[in-house]
Amino acid sequence: MTADPSIHVIGLGKAFGGHLVLDDVSLDVRPGEAVALLGPNGAGKSTLLRILATLLRASRGTARVAGYDCSRQPESVRARVGLLAHGAWVYEDLTALENLKFWATLGGLPNGPEALGGALAAVELDRVADERVRTFSLGMKRRLALARFVLARPPVLLLDEPFAGIDQRAGKWLDEHLGAFKAAGGAILMATHSFGRGLGVADRIAILAGGRVALDAPLGALAPDDVRRLYDLHAEDGA
Amino acid sequence: MIYARRAWIVLWKDLLSERRSKETLNALFFFALLLLFLFQFTLGADRERLVAALPGLLWLGFILSGLVGLGRAFLAERENDCWEGLLLAPGDKSAIYLGKVAGNLLLMLLVEAILLVLFAVFFNLDLAAHLLPLAPVIGLGTIGFAAVGTLFGAMTAHVRARELLFPVLLLPVQVPVLLGAVKATEAVLLGEPLAAVGHWLGLLAAADVIYLTVGVLTFDAVLEA
Repeated sequence: MTADPSIHVIGLGKAFGGHLVLDDVSLDVRPGEAVALLGPNGAGKSTLLRILATLLRASRGTARVAGYDCSRQPESVRARVGLLAHGAWVYEDLTALENLKFWATLGGLPNGPEALGGALAAVELDRVADERVRTFSLGMKRRLALARFVLARPPVLLLDEPFAGIDQRAGKWLDEHLGAFKAAGGAILMATHSFGRGLGVADRIAILAGGRVALDAPLGALAPDDVRRLYDLHAEDGA
Repeated sequence: MIYARRAWIVLWKDLLSERRSKETLNALFFFALLLLFLFQFTLGADRERLVAALPGLLWLGFILSGLVGLGRAFLAERENDCWEGLLLAPGDKSAIYLGKVAGNLLLMLLVEAILLVLFAVFFNLDLAAHLLPLAPVIGLGTIGFAAVGTLFGAMTAHVRARELLFPVLLLPVQVPVLLGAVKATEAVLLGEPLAAVGHWLGLLAAADVIYLTVGVLTFDAVLEA
């Protein structure tokens, strides 16, 4: 028996003014599965993630996360989704610990010293817990964002270019962390431009082009070069 | 309890950030100093003219420095997309609004206290005798200003022409507060007892309740827009 999808998208469309960004997108992500969303700039990857995170409303179609409708039950979706977008949601003049305390309290999550310290240790930021975020690198800010997920334990992660701007060490760490999240039954939908590291954790690739999913295939034994060939073929066809 | 904790953490975050960066406070202090110089040049040494204009000048100073401060109220939320985080935080968003109002209110009251001292020094005035009756007038006026200013600050945070739009939206709505505050301040500075300005204080309190209620009821929609 196959588990119900954690992310279930059917015939999703989104237009900004007269400009159609998503036309007819259908996609499923099951628990314990990671899907890499590929596509050229402007293909609508971030738009799809923002609809699933309830930051945007779809023009048509259905999007469900953890069984809840993104348009009609946004509060239920928000409680079950972790979004890592371009900004890391950090206040530069607060320390790492203070940032985490702020978001934990606001989100009704455990916010005692042990819980916060444990979350920072899980993302290897415990040694800089009392340093202001202004001094952090992009990779450290991303790890701090991930510490929120350690506290919240959402069943679904939506990641927009999670490997962008971070170094090899931070990338390896993120790979391992996402692998562990997936192994614990979490579902990941990840927009990426990277054919290397970005695909390391993925089970399937979905190529978004022309407002549709032009290819949805298991990654299996595909090498990065095979993915690149498929990408070139489908992204150009769909564009 | 959870609601109060959420409002408190927003206030705590804003005060802590401001204490460390001092960005808004420094800007407001120098702005207030500049205003005082301008008033001094305009009015000169004519004491009669000064006494007649003082209530208006005081509130002009409060409003102008308040506009500068409130216009920056959501600047930190725009950095690193923290706005998205606030929007996606579960629960009643009005707690965020009340926390923000409290932070802005404290900052404005601090700047107003500095302005009062500067007025007393620049114009050689004895304001100490009027401080007690002035406190409720200034407090009620500032609450109304902070309540609407925070809401409109959120509304215009993502608008391209926000620096222009913010005062254009805010000032007309502030007319009842300005009217009540200036009239009550004038009476208090003339030595009238607080009871004599009860109707103006009533107007200010009613305006505060209405503005805060509207803010609490609409902030969720403003965040989502």
